[in-house]
Amino acid sequence: MRNVITFLWKNYFFFLFVFLEIISLVLVVENNYYQGAAVVNSTSDFTGGILQSFSDFGGFFKLKEANEILAEENARFHNRNPKAYIRTDTATFFVRDTLYEQTFVYIAAKVISSSVNRRNNYLKLNKGRLQGIGKDMAVVAPNGVVGQVIEVSDHFCSVMMIINKHSRVSAKLKSSNQVGTLIWKGDNYRRGTLVDIPTHVQMHLGDSVITSGYSHIFPEGQLIGVVEDYKIEKGSNFYTVDVAFTIDYNKVYNVFVIKNLMRKELKFLERVEDQN
Amino acid sequence: MLIKNIIRFVVVVLFQVLMLNNLNFGGYAYPAFYIYFILLLPFETAGWVLLLSSFFLGLSVDFFTNSLGMNAAASVFMAFCRPGILSLLRSKREYELGFAPGIKDLGFGWFVSYALILILIHHTILFSLEVFSFSGILQTILRIVLSSVITLILAILAQVLFYRTTKG
Repeated sequence: MRNVITFLWKNYFFFLFVFLEIISLVLVVENNYYQGAAVVNSTSDFTGGILQSFSDFGGFFKLKEANEILAEENARFHNRNPKAYIRTDTATFFVRDTLYEQTFVYIAAKVISSSVNRRNNYLKLNKGRLQGIGKDMAVVAPNGVVGQVIEVSDHFCSVMMIINKHSRVSAKLKSSNQVGTLIWKGDNYRRGTLVDIPTHVQMHLGDSVITSGYSHIFPEGQLIGVVEDYKIEKGSNFYTVDVAFTIDYNKVYNVFVIKNLMRKELKFLERVEDQN
Repeated sequence: MLIKNIIRFVVVVLFQVLMLNNLNFGGYAYPAFYIYFILLLPFETAGWVLLLSSFFLGLSVDFFTNSLGMNAAASVFMAFCRPGILSLLRSKREYELGFAPGIKDLGFGWFVSYALILILIHHTILFSLEVFSFSGILQTILRIVLSSVITLILAILAQVLFYRTTKG
């Protein structure tokens, strides 16, 4: 027994290294599921506070660009205002449309930290549980889709971006309404990949790729990107489609977090489906 | 001596987290400049101090970026290899008392080889853990090489800026 202890003591450098390395690797392995990002809670108020102050300071230098993007969005909203249209049809009829029962609530938030040059990219926003943000909520920007909330603290939240190895978004082609899954292969932060499109579908370059709404996280019809190229991998019955994202993820400053008011109902139904 | 190292620890972590993580080097490279702290630890640092400080260095950077234990794992491995590399390069120069690893005391050539080897080791572990698979290994190697070069340039710059290069 004493020999073992003296052996350990003499080689303490190696054993301490092994011990610390195992701790680090355990932390890394738990990182492989995106929900496991909750282990090291980097959204704690301390780090969030530091990042917030620094991004407030840095925000001054990005104001011009952020303002231009907001002004464009304003113009789009003005265009949708009924006052911008001329009535050409004098026949009117009353429609009781349950489609207009509000299901989605938009919460505006600012990005206080981001990355684009890693395999798994995350954002941090300056709104949290106290402002109504919850896990699994969708995050969009004025001109496209950004990602999904994976962890929330009182004042901040952590978002898994689409440019992340674990991200899977249910998407469809605008022209044919054909539904597939949008993933990111990890090579270029401006380009994603749409898979599971059967080969009988008519493909068009420049076709829009939008969210399908099937995940109950993203509302239907949010623009993700544009078809750039498509090919059939050897031995597969599905197209692999290259999608150019509409957003430059390096320049995302203001986003909306979308709360689906119907989500609890839909999840309840899904759970019943799984049991049968 | 201790205060100087603590200050260097804090400065290096803040610089990495607030500056370097927000810069975009072509979307591929990720320079991990904070390991400069490990490079500059005095020769006579005890083994357990070396390992523990590197572990907490990596962990601190991990707290700010959602990467959990990756930086910690890479830093500890690099710290483990440091004494080995130091004795490997010992045959070229004698490590006299009072020397610290750097261009001022041991010359430009020595520092470059010392830093480059340790930086390469660290970045290899870091990027391999991030990818966690053998697919796309060419791209991973490209990222390792690119990031190591940038980190090396930053380390040399830091040496030149903060120490006058008078050969002993």
